[in-house]
Amino acid sequence: MTRYTLNHMEKLESEAIYILRETVAQFERPCLLFSGGKDSIVLGILAKKAFHPAPIPFPFVHIDTGHNFPETIEFRDAFVKKLGVRLIIGSVQQSIDAGRVHEETGRYASRNLLQTTTLLDTIHQYKFDAAIGGGRRDEEKARAKERFFSHRNDFGQWDPKNQRPELWDLYNGRKHAGEHFRIFPLSNWTELDVWQYILWENIEVPKIYFAHQRECIIRDGVIYALSPFLHLDDHEKKNVKSMLVRCRTVGDMTCTGLIQSRAVSIREIVDEIAQSRQSERVSRGDDLRSENSMEDRKKEGYF
Amino acid sequence: MTQRNYAEMELLRFTTAGSVDDGKSTLIGRLLYDSKTIFQDQLRNLERLCEQRGETLNLALLTDGLRAEREQGITIDVAYRYFATPVRKFIIADTPGHIQYTRNMVTGASTANLAVILVDARNGVVEQTHRHIFIAALLQIPHFVICINKMDLVDYQQEVYQKIKKDIEDFVVKLQVNDISFIPICALHGDNIVEPSKNMPWYKGPTLMYLLENIHIGSDENLVDCRFPIQYVIRPRSEMYHDYRGYAGKIASGVFKPGDRVKVLPSGFSTKIKTIESPSGCVQEAFPPMSVVMQLEDDIDVSRGDMIVREHNLPTVSQDIDMLVCWMSTRPLISGKKYSIRHTTREVKGIVTSIYYKIDINTLHRVEQVEELSLNEIGRIKIHTSQPLFFDSYRRNRSTGSLILIDEQTNETVGAGMIRE
Repeated sequence: MTRYTLNHMEKLESEAIYILRETVAQFERPCLLFSGGKDSIVLGILAKKAFHPAPIPFPFVHIDTGHNFPETIEFRDAFVKKLGVRLIIGSVQQSIDAGRVHEETGRYASRNLLQTTTLLDTIHQYKFDAAIGGGRRDEEKARAKERFFSHRNDFGQWDPKNQRPELWDLYNGRKHAGEHFRIFPLSNWTELDVWQYILWENIEVPKIYFAHQRECIIRDGVIYALSPFLHLDDHEKKNVKSMLVRCRTVGDMTCTGLIQSRAVSIREIVDEIAQSRQSERVSRGDDLRSENSMEDRKKEGYF
Repeated sequence: MTQRNYAEMELLRFTTAGSVDDGKSTLIGRLLYDSKTIFQDQLRNLERLCEQRGETLNLALLTDGLRAEREQGITIDVAYRYFATPVRKFIIADTPGHIQYTRNMVTGASTANLAVILVDARNGVVEQTHRHIFIAALLQIPHFVICINKMDLVDYQQEVYQKIKKDIEDFVVKLQVNDISFIPICALHGDNIVEPSKNMPWYKGPTLMYLLENIHIGSDENLVDCRFPIQYVIRPRSEMYHDYRGYAGKIASGVFKPGDRVKVLPSGFSTKIKTIESPSGCVQEAFPPMSVVMQLEDDIDVSRGDMIVREHNLPTVSQDIDMLVCWMSTRPLISGKKYSIRHTTREVKGIVTSIYYKIDINTLHRVEQVEELSLNEIGRIKIHTSQPLFFDSYRRNRSTGSLILIDEQTNETVGAGMIRE
């Protein structure tokens, strides 16, 4: 007897493709926010599948802080070329040069927060009315409240108390001029699901996800990669050491912590994640700033 | 657990309902904790937070994501949480218990396979319990699990459990509930959650986790009525795919096969399915909830909002829709007002032609001769639409029997409609 059921991976894939198609059907100018991390890579592959054999009907947008891991940028350029999509780069450096934002100073300086302005400026400049992102509800407790179709007012702000109910699979993307939506097709995926899918589909990811030897420092219990963007004090300068590490999340070099790992293949990463007793965000300096940091950033228009 | 097993696990979506202080957050915290879904760093954060507030470890705080929720100790909005055991993967729609958030419960219930409804053993069946069961039944959730919580506070007495069980059984005979289970639990201490309780040897049934892992959900989809709403038309217009027209969408119900004779609504053209393509290539069968692309034998005009069905099993086609609606807006539903209606992938305009009655959720009595429905009220109405819809009754088909109403001024989703036969 045939069983007419999908397993959970197939269900998640089908749901994400449905959301991607719904976005293109309901909006005039969607774009996909591409960071070069595992979630946006999976999103890119799903977009390819959703519209096959036609090309992906929207451009990718990378908000480039200028402080990325070089491996990510190298991967980004090869990936968009392979998918045949247009890449639009919103540059935080340009926002700084134009006086739109001020660079943080001091030991903990990071450009993470500054991305919000550049993102909103880029959305405005290209008149995007939907920005598809790889955010997952399991990432962080404020994200657990996120909708698939997440409404943003004309300041780009998220109001957690005023979200549209999402009933069945009926998504309401209607909006007034100047407003836009953030769309999260991977809402129901967990970190393990993403890696499982990468394994299943044999998807390429940047080298920094695999264990490699790297010059690092340890600050407040978080391992950071040595880079020209990280301001070291004298004590830290003396304590640079070579460690066997890999990235679990990918963001700015100033706020992305690394984890010690021996995983050198996707299969080994899947096993490592399945057994991990630490959350993915434990290594993110930007989340450790306060109990509400993600919620606060999202209210301001952060991705 | 092997990786192959992980990818092939089943997915169960459930929603939780309970009054304020029935211990819902504690139960969810317990499920996450006992399935080792809570990470050490999250637990450390929680310990630090509780210490700062001068409390002992409070698992309920794990699920309150927003600042205002932590401040007030209440859940404001639906949140979605995830955990997996070696048997299944779970999505919890964690919905608030406050009366004013009935709309959130409806939201969580709309996609659930199963409802976990909490009753405080000390208070027994209260109005809120009736409300929760009624809404879960109205939304046709296939499976119900009633957890009688805080058994420790009634000395684990079997009589208390039996009384509540009987009260609920008496209540549900009036409703359409096919599968209902009862479990006496203590979420705070973990009795009958994952491990059978030593305090209640008289209870011989399964633990909550066992039920969640084993309840049969394979038959929850409608595999009889073939319905494929067109979401998007794929036209590559490239050299290689010059004449390609693919109809993309998600199978709402039924099983489609290449070669099937089908009819396209509303045009009424008949043709055959040429190919069906899934995300992993061509398939010989497509069933819900697969996202696929169909190619048809004949070149006919098909666009978003149309529906492909089997020739001899047609949905109702009408511009007059009789439905139960749960109202979700502070601006009331009134007769004569126009709304945008979204039904499958079709969007039409609709005008409210009648409000027959509203339902007093506490007594389940009909209140007739009402002028409007206000926030969180449920009533039966009729809508006349600008274009025909192709639908089934909600009872028969959760996918083609449901719709939402959108306020054209504010663009907000203001109503959840379930079509009557």
